[in-house]
Amino acid sequence: MASDEDSDEDFVTYGTPLEPLEEDEPVRKPVPVHEQTVKDEKGRYKRFHGAFTGGFSAGYFNTVGSQEGWTPSTFVSSRQQKAEKPNVRPEDFMDEEDFSEHGIAPREIVTTDDFASGKKDQLKDKAKAVSSLAALIPGDTGLLEELIAPARSSIGVELLRKMGWKDGQGVGPRLKRKQRKQNDDAVKVYGCAFPPNGSEESEDDDEFAPENVSFAPKDVVPVDFTPKVDSHGLGYRGLNPLQALGGGSETGHINLFTLQSDRTTSLFGDRNSGQQRRGGIGGQAFGVGAMEEEDTDIYHKDSMSNYDNVLGGEEPGDGLYGWTAPQQDKNDGFESLVRSHCRSSSFSSFINLFVYPPPDLPRDYRPVHYFRPVVDSSTVSPIVAQALQASRGHLSQDAPQQGRHSLDSSQRCDMLGETPLQGPSSVFELLGSKDRERLNEIRRAATEQNKSALSSRFQSIAPQPDSHTQSQTSPTKSQASSETQMALKAWSGPTADASKTFKPFAENPQKQARYDLYINKLKQGNKDALESSLDSSMTEWERGRERDEFVRAALLYKPSNSSLSSRFTRSKHEDDTDSVEVTRDQENDVDDKQAAVKMKMFGKLTRETFEWHPDKLLCKRFNVPDPYPGSSTVGMPKVKRDKYSVFNFLTITDSSQVSRVAPSAPKPPSSSSTLPHLTPEVSNKKSRWDIPGQEPKDPLSAFLSETRSEVLAAKNQTDSPHAIATPEVPLKKQKKKDKEKHKAKKHKKEKKKKKNKKHKHKGKQKKRVEESNSSSDDTDSNSEDENRVVSTSELLQRSELIF
Amino acid sequence: MAFPQPRPQAPQLPQHLLRTIECQQGAVRAVRFNADGNYVLTCGSDKSLKLWSASRGTLLKTYTGHGYEVLDVDSSYDNSQLCTCSSDKTVILWDVASGQVTRKLRGHAGKVNCVQFNEEATVMLSGSIDGTVRCWDTRSRRYEPIQILDEAQDGISSLKVSEHELLIGSVDGRVRRYDLRMGQLHVDFIGSPITCVCFSRDSQCTLSSSLDSTVRLLDKSSGEMLGEYSGHVNKGYKLDCCLSDKDTHVLSCSEDGHVYFWDLVEGSLTLKLPVGKAVVQSLSFHPTEPRLLTAMEGHVQVWGAEPEDAAVEDS
Repeated sequence: MASDEDSDEDFVTYGTPLEPLEEDEPVRKPVPVHEQTVKDEKGRYKRFHGAFTGGFSAGYFNTVGSQEGWTPSTFVSSRQQKAEKPNVRPEDFMDEEDFSEHGIAPREIVTTDDFASGKKDQLKDKAKAVSSLAALIPGDTGLLEELIAPARSSIGVELLRKMGWKDGQGVGPRLKRKQRKQNDDAVKVYGCAFPPNGSEESEDDDEFAPENVSFAPKDVVPVDFTPKVDSHGLGYRGLNPLQALGGGSETGHINLFTLQSDRTTSLFGDRNSGQQRRGGIGGQAFGVGAMEEEDTDIYHKDSMSNYDNVLGGEEPGDGLYGWTAPQQDKNDGFESLVRSHCRSSSFSSFINLFVYPPPDLPRDYRPVHYFRPVVDSSTVSPIVAQALQASRGHLSQDAPQQGRHSLDSSQRCDMLGETPLQGPSSVFELLGSKDRERLNEIRRAATEQNKSALSSRFQSIAPQPDSHTQSQTSPTKSQASSETQMALKAWSGPTADASKTFKPFAENPQKQARYDLYINKLKQGNKDALESSLDSSMTEWERGRERDEFVRAALLYKPSNSSLSSRFTRSKHEDDTDSVEVTRDQENDVDDKQAAVKMKMFGKLTRETFEWHPDKLLCKRFNVPDPYPGSSTVGMPKVKRDKYSVFNFLTITDSSQVSRVAPSAPKPPSSSSTLPHLTPEVSNKKSRWDIPGQEPKDPLSAFLSETRSEVLAAKNQTDSPHAIATPEVPLKKQKKKDKEKHKAKKHKKEKKKKKNKKHKHKGKQKKRVEESNSSSDDTDSNSEDENRVVSTSELLQRSELIF
Repeated sequence: MAFPQPRPQAPQLPQHLLRTIECQQGAVRAVRFNADGNYVLTCGSDKSLKLWSASRGTLLKTYTGHGYEVLDVDSSYDNSQLCTCSSDKTVILWDVASGQVTRKLRGHAGKVNCVQFNEEATVMLSGSIDGTVRCWDTRSRRYEPIQILDEAQDGISSLKVSEHELLIGSVDGRVRRYDLRMGQLHVDFIGSPITCVCFSRDSQCTLSSSLDSTVRLLDKSSGEMLGEYSGHVNKGYKLDCCLSDKDTHVLSCSEDGHVYFWDLVEGSLTLKLPVGKAVVQSLSFHPTEPRLLTAMEGHVQVWGAEPEDAAVEDS
């Protein structure tokens, strides 16, 4: 350490050097932790008394008291001092050190926005300054404000001023006039130090220039970096309702597509309106706005003069003084406006003022304003106006062309080159010739009536030939033949197209084919079209009916309607309305089960098992996992079936079998065979008792029939209802006998069954009673049961007890 | 020395009349023990439901709110709720303590014959004369049933719920068992209109009584008949049947004023308990003890195995 001073070398030292030790001085002991002191921001000592006892001391010896002690203040009413009490803020009760901790910023007095001149957009400021120079009264915009508002200039501006910059000049090295052209791009740099290279060059140029004069560079409006916050397309600026509704005379087409830069240039007093530089995305591809009435002008307004023919930047003009130069453009201003008007011939009288009499209102004048955007030559630059006049002539002076809405359908059709629609063009052509005559007569009569009424009011009107009554009195007996004639007339026209006509018998293809044949013959003008197209193999009655139907259908769907029908499309998918939802599994026939019950053979014969889908919520409530996860059906699975199927209403069981065992031959609906009508049901039924390979069909049925007959035999002998049928094998002879008996009984039963079926749809309950009766028939308890024809369900609760 | 095996006691039958309760609510349409057997619920034809103490026979509460005679009642496992059904086509869920109607469910097209809670009292099932069984949710505020079981072709007369099965007897002569766990419906054809169905306590068998004056015990899984019990008269009324507390006997009401007890295994008539002259309309067996309730006309009788001492104590 001490050697530092001796050495010649320069060392860079960081931090504060330690004090040099004197040899005599005793070595200082480091201050122990407990003696180290902490001071707060104001130099007051803070005492540390352990992290667990609260850190540094606070208040008065860590109390809320004071030197005087902790004395509760006596209550003093502040009622009288309301005005003196200012609003108290939390800061009033806080230590200053704690402000930063709680995010309370130090307060100081600042001029509010109300008093400071509004901080404005710099770009706008500049634009205003420039426009004020160009305006008629120079410097009119910010003049007053500048007088009042405090001058605030940034440090950059101050610096620039110090360096010799004057307001209105561009920033950069001074340039010669020639040079400026080349260094245009350098000019665009704003607020940036120019590379020294260029300045040297310019100096060199100065030496060789004839006049030793250099100019400040032209000032440039900085590039606008306004962020795009809307969701419009690029350059789209939205519709200004004031402009749009203010009337079309001032602005022809509202151009929604101008770039921001264009707008800023427009603030500069349209310096280059002569050039008509239209930037942006205006034009044809963007269609017609909702607010625009007519679209013709936008399609024709553009011309080549709107575009630049030359590559490169804009012409610098003289640019003698940069922005401070006087306005160069001669096309702008009042004078140029007038001149342009004079060029367009119709406005030649614009200058000599003349008071015109108010115009005569046309007869069909409606005092309603109609927004019609008109291309006004005052807004369009003269060049465009000229070009328009030369090429198309869509200026307002031209005769207004018909809009496309004023065209009628045929005209439009012509324009588009469409082939006209088939069919009559007028309603009158749809009418029959007779009707047409009648209408004409009526019309003639009406006109005559008018005439007569006009000529002689008091003369009685000559009796008109009443066509209506005539038609009524026409013989009705020949109506059918007249109908066929009408059909012939209607269809014999060349316009009808069979493929387009309505097919009334689409459900029955053969009938439809016959109908088509009939129609075709009608079209050929065949007189006996009807008779020849009918099927000769049919009965006379059928043919008669079909004849009627065909004629009526032909009249109903005659080709006059086909012209209309060609304008509509028919639905592709027919509604599947003639099917009905039926549960897939149906319970089998009751008879066999009853037989089984009678034999007390409960089990396979009486049990049926179906698939059943409980509701998901029900499973949840029962704490049972869903047996069919993923299936959306609830209850018994359903299938769609033909609604009009006879089987649906007559024998449900059979139809279900047919549907389930599709390839096998369906059983006849009523069991015509006496014996084995039990078997297929049992075998077809999906039951868990079924073993796949096994076929218990025939032996079981045989066994059943045998036992059945046995039961009957036993009954006949013992006459007791509860006789137990033991499956003993009886003698063969007896068996045969029994069988015959059984057959007879069966027939009886079947009759009854048929009766039941007839009544099936009428009411379940009734049927139920009958069924129970029929079942009780067999148990020989006829005498008792036949008296009870009351509904069983009614019986169930019929407990009229005596009280 | 080994103790001798205790001799198997003969099952005691509730053949001694303990008391008669005059319900004073018109005809008693149904009488039911509550879930633990300490209380008795009677459904009256005067639109009221009454709650009685089973041991003393005192009236505890009367529940009114139905528009027509009450036909069946069931109590929840925790005795906090009751559900009843009525001829007014409604099912009502009651709060036991307050006697207020918690929910009144409409939807059946006809009078509702039977009603049951499921095990956790989350669903009420009601069977109606309109042939449907409706599953009502007691948890949600929905007034539509969760599911409608409309497979029956005639009115529903009786309905029982086990853990995951619904046993439904219908007037179309079939006993339907909906197995929620398997997602299957088993239909057993009995032939005669069913008046009452019940599960055995081991829930392996089903008991069904029908209008052909027969009670049948069917094997639940196969549908085979295990026993047939007859001798009583049941031709026009919706009469109850049940199994005794230990599944030893089959009980059925009869129209001849008796309650018939059959031995379950042998099928022989063990006891013909004379109740009165009129039809024994409803009965209910105590869930654990040999105790029986019978309803006849306007009164309910309580039957016990030991006659005197209990009756004397109570009275």
